[in-house]
Amino acid sequence: MNLSTTYLGLKLAHPLMAGASPMVDDMGMVKRLEDAGASAIVMHSLFEEQITREEEGTIMDMQLSSHSSAEALSYFPQPDDFRLGPEKYLEQIRRIKTAVSVPVIASLNGTTSAGWLHYSKLMEQAGADALELNVYYLATDPKESAAAVEKRTLDVIRVVKSQVKIPVAVKLSPFFSSLAHFAGEVEAAGADGLVLFNRFFQPDINVEELTAEPNLQLSSPEELLLRLRWLAVLRSHVKGSLAVTGGVHDGIGALKAVMAGADAVQMVSALLIHGPERLAQSRATLDEWLDEHEYESLAQARGSMSLQKCPSAQAFTRANYMRILNGWKA
Amino acid sequence: MSKRLMKTLDGNEATASVAHRLSEVIAIYPITPSSNMGEWADEWSSQGKTNVWKTIPSVIEMQSEGGAAGAVHGALQAGSLTTTFTASQGLLLMIPNMYKIAGELTPFCMHVTARTLAAHALSIFGDHSDVMACRQTGFAMLSSESVQQAHDFAAISHAATLRSRVPILHFFDGFRTSHEVAKIEILNDEDLRHMVPDELVANFRKMALTPDHPMIRGTAQNPDTFFQAREACTPYYAAFPAIVQQEMDRFAALTGRQYRLYDYFGHPEAERVIVTMGSSCDVTHEYVEWAMKQGEKVGVLKVRLFRPFAIPEFVRALPPSVKKIAVLDRCKEPGAPADPLHLDVIAALREGREEGHTKLDPIVVGGRYGLSSKEFTPAMVQGIFENLAKDAPKNHFTVGIMDDISHSSLTYDAHFDVEPADVTRALFYGLGADGTVGANKNSIKIIAEETPNFGQGYFVYDSKKSGAITISHLRFGPRPIKSAYLVTKANFIACHQTSFLDKYEMLETAVPGATFLLNTPNSAETVWDTLPVEVQSAIVEKNLKLYVIDAYEVAKNTGMGVRINTIMQTCFFAISGVLPREEAIEQIKKAIKKTYGKKGDAIVQKNFVAVDETLAHLHQVTVPGKVTATRKRPPMVADEAPDFVKRVTAVMMEGKGDLLPVSAFPVDGTWPVGTTKWEKRNIALEIPEWDASICIQCNKCAMACPHAAIRAKVYDPSELDGAPATFKAVDYKGPEYKGQKYTIQVAPEDCTGCTLCVEVCPAKDKSNPKHKAIDMVPQAPLREPEAANFQFFLDLPEADRTTVKLDVKGTQFLEPLFEFSGACSGCGETPYIKLLTQLFGDRTLIANATGCSSIYGGNLPTTPYTVNKDGRGPAWANSLFEDNAEFGLGLRLSVDKHQEFALELMHRLAAQLGDELIAGIATADQTTEAGIKAQRERVEALKQKLAGLKDYEAKMLYDLADYLVNKSVWIVGGDGWAYDIGYGGLDHVLASGRNVNVLVLDTEVYSNTGGQASKSTPMGAGAKFAMAGKAMPKKDLGMIAMTYGGIYVAKVAFGSRDMQTVKAFQEAESYNGPSLILAYSHCIAHGYDLAHGADQQKMAVDSGHWPLFRFDPRRMDRGETPLQMDSGAPKIELGQYVRNETRYRMIEQQNPEHFKKLLAQAQHDTTNRFSVYEQLAKLSIKGKES
Repeated sequence: MNLSTTYLGLKLAHPLMAGASPMVDDMGMVKRLEDAGASAIVMHSLFEEQITREEEGTIMDMQLSSHSSAEALSYFPQPDDFRLGPEKYLEQIRRIKTAVSVPVIASLNGTTSAGWLHYSKLMEQAGADALELNVYYLATDPKESAAAVEKRTLDVIRVVKSQVKIPVAVKLSPFFSSLAHFAGEVEAAGADGLVLFNRFFQPDINVEELTAEPNLQLSSPEELLLRLRWLAVLRSHVKGSLAVTGGVHDGIGALKAVMAGADAVQMVSALLIHGPERLAQSRATLDEWLDEHEYESLAQARGSMSLQKCPSAQAFTRANYMRILNGWKA
Repeated sequence: MSKRLMKTLDGNEATASVAHRLSEVIAIYPITPSSNMGEWADEWSSQGKTNVWKTIPSVIEMQSEGGAAGAVHGALQAGSLTTTFTASQGLLLMIPNMYKIAGELTPFCMHVTARTLAAHALSIFGDHSDVMACRQTGFAMLSSESVQQAHDFAAISHAATLRSRVPILHFFDGFRTSHEVAKIEILNDEDLRHMVPDELVANFRKMALTPDHPMIRGTAQNPDTFFQAREACTPYYAAFPAIVQQEMDRFAALTGRQYRLYDYFGHPEAERVIVTMGSSCDVTHEYVEWAMKQGEKVGVLKVRLFRPFAIPEFVRALPPSVKKIAVLDRCKEPGAPADPLHLDVIAALREGREEGHTKLDPIVVGGRYGLSSKEFTPAMVQGIFENLAKDAPKNHFTVGIMDDISHSSLTYDAHFDVEPADVTRALFYGLGADGTVGANKNSIKIIAEETPNFGQGYFVYDSKKSGAITISHLRFGPRPIKSAYLVTKANFIACHQTSFLDKYEMLETAVPGATFLLNTPNSAETVWDTLPVEVQSAIVEKNLKLYVIDAYEVAKNTGMGVRINTIMQTCFFAISGVLPREEAIEQIKKAIKKTYGKKGDAIVQKNFVAVDETLAHLHQVTVPGKVTATRKRPPMVADEAPDFVKRVTAVMMEGKGDLLPVSAFPVDGTWPVGTTKWEKRNIALEIPEWDASICIQCNKCAMACPHAAIRAKVYDPSELDGAPATFKAVDYKGPEYKGQKYTIQVAPEDCTGCTLCVEVCPAKDKSNPKHKAIDMVPQAPLREPEAANFQFFLDLPEADRTTVKLDVKGTQFLEPLFEFSGACSGCGETPYIKLLTQLFGDRTLIANATGCSSIYGGNLPTTPYTVNKDGRGPAWANSLFEDNAEFGLGLRLSVDKHQEFALELMHRLAAQLGDELIAGIATADQTTEAGIKAQRERVEALKQKLAGLKDYEAKMLYDLADYLVNKSVWIVGGDGWAYDIGYGGLDHVLASGRNVNVLVLDTEVYSNTGGQASKSTPMGAGAKFAMAGKAMPKKDLGMIAMTYGGIYVAKVAFGSRDMQTVKAFQEAESYNGPSLILAYSHCIAHGYDLAHGADQQKMAVDSGHWPLFRFDPRRMDRGETPLQMDSGAPKIELGQYVRNETRYRMIEQQNPEHFKKLLAQAQHDTTNRFSVYEQLAKLSIKGKES
């Protein structure tokens, strides 16, 4: 079965790839991902905060105590090759590129068009085949309008696009007032594709300690539904690539995403739970299903269930909500 | 030959650079001020830098200097070119091996930063007392006087020892040369190869011990032969001076810098000559140069080669015209006919005449100068020459102090100065934490390396570890700078901290028309009115140019946090005019790029923005023509302070200790205690504020406070009469003090603002959990009212020790007898010491190993151990680093002997004293506070009876009677002492069975000397000498001690389980035998904000890295297993704990794969070790037969 796809201009044997996760920090795991047949490897994000805070934090931790005592001019050795977050990240891109033959997609996470954005250029130079720009942002400032948030995001995209020649995908959150419109703006700003969606890590509340605690939960297949809806909606408008991330745990999930319009399917949680081999299994399932149902290729299924083509398109829209609501009333 | 580079570096780096390139094995042990040489060597080797023979020298850190000397001796015997670096007490520990190395005529060069030996006090600073203690070892001794010379003489020494076979101790002045930053010409590898040709190395190799052609060394010889054999080496010493001169000549041919064994500079017909050694040579030279221009016939003879003392060369170096000589010694040898160099010069002249080398017979006087880095200036040189000009010059004089007791001191005009006008002189007053010193080192590099100018930087630090002031002394000029003394006349003065205006006389040194740069939150328009009278007067009288900047505001707005270094550096360049402004800014940016470029671009960009913003915020102030202020600088200490504190301590606090005469000081190093309370440092920008309505009265804040700056009391409501209006008190919540009042009080002027108390506070406002029972609030508005409240609080009665429940809460009602130390803000060690003093302070003797705890415990001007209202408190002493356990045991032996003898005397006097009193005292139960109190009362009764007796035994008993109240002996120190240098002694003391309590403040690294690895350093952690992450696990000292069976051992971490800590202290003290407490102490050398110290302690325990336990031998008597685990099986992964700390993170950042392996191994070890402990805790034990 021909499962080939094109994502961000990259010709891939199939759409299943390893999404952004800490798995890429481990070269053994990177090899396992390649062995499991990942069509591409997405690096975890280099965070804006990581660039700014880690650099500054570590330098502060080391320097605040320096030169303040006659006996101890410093408290730490000063190795020459001591590199902070971003350099380490760039080095890892180089290492992964050397180790595997599939495309490597670097990921940059931030929300301001400050100096850190030029790391996109450095990522390109380190060998990244494409860039995933993650604009994770929680708009908590009541003075900041939705328009301002959108403008800032678009500015970031423009800056990054102006710095690199490799394709750039933008990873969005679902929380935009008019996602369909904004997706168009993102594309117009130069994005070569969209990745749906970012998963917000929701802090939990510890009622005993009265603290908010970071809480990392892996995705569940239920989360795919939101993505399917938006893939289906956006497929009709977006000319560039679409990728899904969050909620694809098996081959059927991947198939649904492709049918809704995804060019690429990123898996993370399922791989963390079951190991990279889950990707190979999902691919086999996809292959078998298409074969059993006598599809010629995956391309035949791509976008078949998008808003434009879906025979029950209202299921993706407000009508669906109405129907479920009415059904509940009955 | 490739071109030599000009570089700006300090004496340590300059020396190490040669030593590393000419060595194959380097064995060291860190000691100030030499530590940096070993650190450089280690850093270079770990970076793969090779020596001149293209192999990377092996660098090893040993457990002591004694160990380093042994390793050096072995490496030399096996034929490796070997070196070491040390100073002071460390050098003393090498002496036994030095005799051996010299006796075996082993080519070897060691580099020593000459430092004071501890006598009446320890001092980390520079003089020649350590090297002079080696003049009898058979080592040759070569002295260099400047950074360039230290570099050059290192090369000459390594060559000369190989050629002569005589080992060489190359030394230079600690701090003055070792830490002075100067521009020098760097010898390249070809130069060094030229100095040390291959045949010298080949000859050396032939001496190696090898089984391929075996020899034996280190035999024992008998009366028949030892003497003759000892004399056999004499020709080598006779030949040595010529060899050194030959190497100096070869060096001159190579570099153009000609040195002689004894270098004379001065008038060819000089009648008065100073003979001196070390950095004083440069200072004297500077004066002589000036004096010759005035037509004076004076000169200086610089002694390079001190041992062997080459008499013919020495006497011939003197000008034939000389009539009077002053010999200067930088050490004191009490009781000697003269100090060492003085004595040698007298002997040399006598023998020189007798042997016909000279006819000179000048008057020779000697004097001491510069002990412990006391300043030595051209003004003093002038004083010495004036003394020589007298008919009967004063002999055995001192210079630089006022000796009003023995009247040895010379007078001189302190304002005299010879510095050339074309030298720019700048002074910068900053805080350790604000980056001032780093920025200044950077500025010197910029000016010295990017322009033809020469630069010099010297940095003065105070003795506190928190809120420490640094003063940078910078000079720039067109010629190499010989002024090896502090700047006394400055063209530029910068005050980086507004609060200094009220504390220090910064403008005293300003020359007329100088520039004064002030970092202040006030604008150019308003700043004038904020200045005290003294500052305004100096500005007006000296017509100073005043510039202001709000550097903290610029730093905040440009994302620099509290680092104002780049901003203040930019100001200096912008207004000092040492470089054209544009060029200077470009150079600063270049330097920023160089410093941070590799670490990331964001920080570079941020610094760039800060530079640009600085210029927009720097303003000149229009100075009014007259003083308008009425506010004077506040007095250094309060009026109530004791006389001694006002007369002596306050002067030292003000930075004017140099002015104190000899008569101001105790003769034997004995000082009054409890003086930190007078030093109101006001270093916290924010302090804790108590909200009594939320407080659950747990006292955890007081327990965690490293500085005893937040305290709890419970007291009768009637005590509140006359309380200040803002004093807070609430009803006590528990049943034990029902009806009483409770207060948490902050010492606003002593708090360092570390926030540990806030972090440990468990009481949150239910409807706004952000607000706790303690929140940090700005200090300034609270300073006055809270200071009054604190004073009122101190006057409230202390808790009754006999009824306080000794849990965490209860112990914090006990008065701390350790307060306001100079330890780092957030220190993890001091809460344990404070607890110790709360529990047992009124009857404790403390032996304290050298290290952080001895520095914050005993560094002048003020010390933190104090007394209660009865005048009792910890008696504290520091002996050495290596002998602390033995020293503490000695204290125990002595107090035990006193008690034993007192009991004997009491029984002998039974008839007069009465059986009841004697029995009461002899059989007293002193295991509780009530028991102690009762015994004190009995002893008081005893003393009253004794006072009426005339018998000599009664008098003796009277003097010893207080020892009938049990004393608690504590042996306190860090892991460097307990795990490494003092381990042998500690082991012996623990095995002695005597009743001593050992408290190891375990920071897992040498904290005081700047983060070198100890055997306590955990696997995977980075430290100096473990740059790639320590590859071996931490030594399990607790487990080792437990194997004796009869030692009480506890591992504690107050941030994890403070109750267990309190219990362990009580059990250790009550155990009538040796006890060992290993106390987890978070530290600045771990690399995170110490506000999170308690959390991190918790993680250390939860990860299994620091399992809490108590091993109590008494339990065995009851048939119980002695080991009790106080923490459960690891709950979190080790990685979760270690990744919060820079010491681990930096290893991961350097080499993630390597770190992963280390971490995996460390995790494995941690899990297994816990399992071993767990199993031991389940052992079944057979109880003692009853």
